[in-house]
Amino acid sequence: MPIRKPNDIPWSEITPKFVYLNRRAFMAGAVTAGTAAIVGKRIASVLAPAASVHADTKLTTVKSPLSLTGEQPTSYQDITHYNNFYEFGANKDDPARNAGRLKTRPWTVSVEGHVKSPQKFDIDTLLKLRPLEERIYRHRCVEAWSMVIPWVGYSLSELIQQCQPLPSAKYIQFLSLADYSQMPGLSQVSLNWPYSEGLRMDEAMHPLTLLTFGLYGETLPNQDGAPVRVVVPWKYGFKSAKSIVKIKFVDKQPHTTWNEMAPNEYGFYSNVNPNVDHPRWSQKTERRIGASLFSQRQPTLMFNGYGDQVAKLYTGLDLKKNF
Amino acid sequence: MSNRPLSNHWIIALKVLVHAACLAPVAWLIVHAVQNNLGPDPTAAVTFFTGRGTLRLLVLSLAITPVRRLITPLAPSFTSIIRFRRMLGLYAFFYGSLHLLTYVWLYAGFKLHAMIDDIARRRFITAGLTAWVLMVPLALTSTTWSIRKLGGKNWNRLHRLAYISAIAGIVHYWWGVKPGVNTPSTITLVLFVLLAARPILSWWSRRKAPANSLPRATQSG
Repeated sequence: MPIRKPNDIPWSEITPKFVYLNRRAFMAGAVTAGTAAIVGKRIASVLAPAASVHADTKLTTVKSPLSLTGEQPTSYQDITHYNNFYEFGANKDDPARNAGRLKTRPWTVSVEGHVKSPQKFDIDTLLKLRPLEERIYRHRCVEAWSMVIPWVGYSLSELIQQCQPLPSAKYIQFLSLADYSQMPGLSQVSLNWPYSEGLRMDEAMHPLTLLTFGLYGETLPNQDGAPVRVVVPWKYGFKSAKSIVKIKFVDKQPHTTWNEMAPNEYGFYSNVNPNVDHPRWSQKTERRIGASLFSQRQPTLMFNGYGDQVAKLYTGLDLKKNF
Repeated sequence: MSNRPLSNHWIIALKVLVHAACLAPVAWLIVHAVQNNLGPDPTAAVTFFTGRGTLRLLVLSLAITPVRRLITPLAPSFTSIIRFRRMLGLYAFFYGSLHLLTYVWLYAGFKLHAMIDDIARRRFITAGLTAWVLMVPLALTSTTWSIRKLGGKNWNRLHRLAYISAIAGIVHYWWGVKPGVNTPSTITLVLFVLLAARPILSWWSRRKAPANSLPRATQSG
């Protein structure tokens, strides 16, 4: 008798939303309601969050061989309420609270620089450029926590090929939206806005590098980088720029926001590497989001477990120096 | 408003309230930890909960003396607030110890070499440990017997370490967050005001003393 593994079927087809919205949220709401007033709204709002900010447009997806199998995805609730998105505030629960203001339509992504055909893409054109795939990826934050996320998108290389970069294009730079009227975090966090990230051309062309429009079978919630972001699963999360408005092909390594802020802590490469510690903490282990207090820690894998696919990009490169 | 210090009945009732206020969050934390209900990242939740609790209690205990000096001339019964300072200081030490235990258990996994490595190489951990270590002699000499044994002057001098501990704690907080993140700024400002209040209040009362023959409120440190 043929038995389909659960991961043969995209999440959007089998998991009713009220289930993946996490059992915990329902119970936490009741339990914390009474104590919230005493304990303070900061902690309480993590536990009994407001309704999630999301544009729940269903996306049709096809399966991908690049998708992870055998790991339980993190709950939708946690993926959408534990975010580093400093444009909406420095605390993990700020983006879920503040990102509702972000207007994701109309939205254009401008592609420019060393490219044969610079153009401006409307977000809905971009969304339909290639068939959308579901890609379940590990996500490892530089802060030593991790998730498993069922993203929706297509390989960035598809867009790059469409734009025909010139031979002089050695790197690609992503610039995020920085609009003070929609993003309260911009004035609270002293970073050099707009958020800038970048990849070497071969990294950007790697099929794992995902131009991402959704998660859990729906369009991206604002707090996860709507309407379009990149996901580079073998690098620390901050390399994966959110809410992108500009993609630039450049001939030199572009400046990147966290690297500029603290070059000793955040390298340009920032490949997940358990052997190179962050100055302030070890990167040997990570805390899996959603796991219980005493079983949160698990070992961190080289290149976040994607070594077979990406290690060849870095042959001959000293990964300790080029962290 | 009464012109006398609060009666013991009042003090006891208020102390019960302060104990409850300091212990309730810990009870809340334990209940939620047992129920696996501390949000997406329970380890970080416990860390920030105990860390912020430590700093708030420490700063609160440091606020007692200047606030008392400011308000007692207006409301003499306020002088009794001094009787809560030891409690708050000890609770700061209790929260600090929970914070340290969080690190030793959930971050270092009780591995000694991992801890030594961290202390030697990571300045934010060194600063945090310094803050806790400085509180140890203060907690040990918090008994009335110790005050008598050391003598008020020496005891007071020793307990100024509370300020150094608070400064180390704040530095630990700043070094722990990402550069560009300003969350520790509120507590830093409060501590700064308290540090500045001490010399300013002394100068002010010295200036007023010759012209004004009213006896000053007795100082206990």
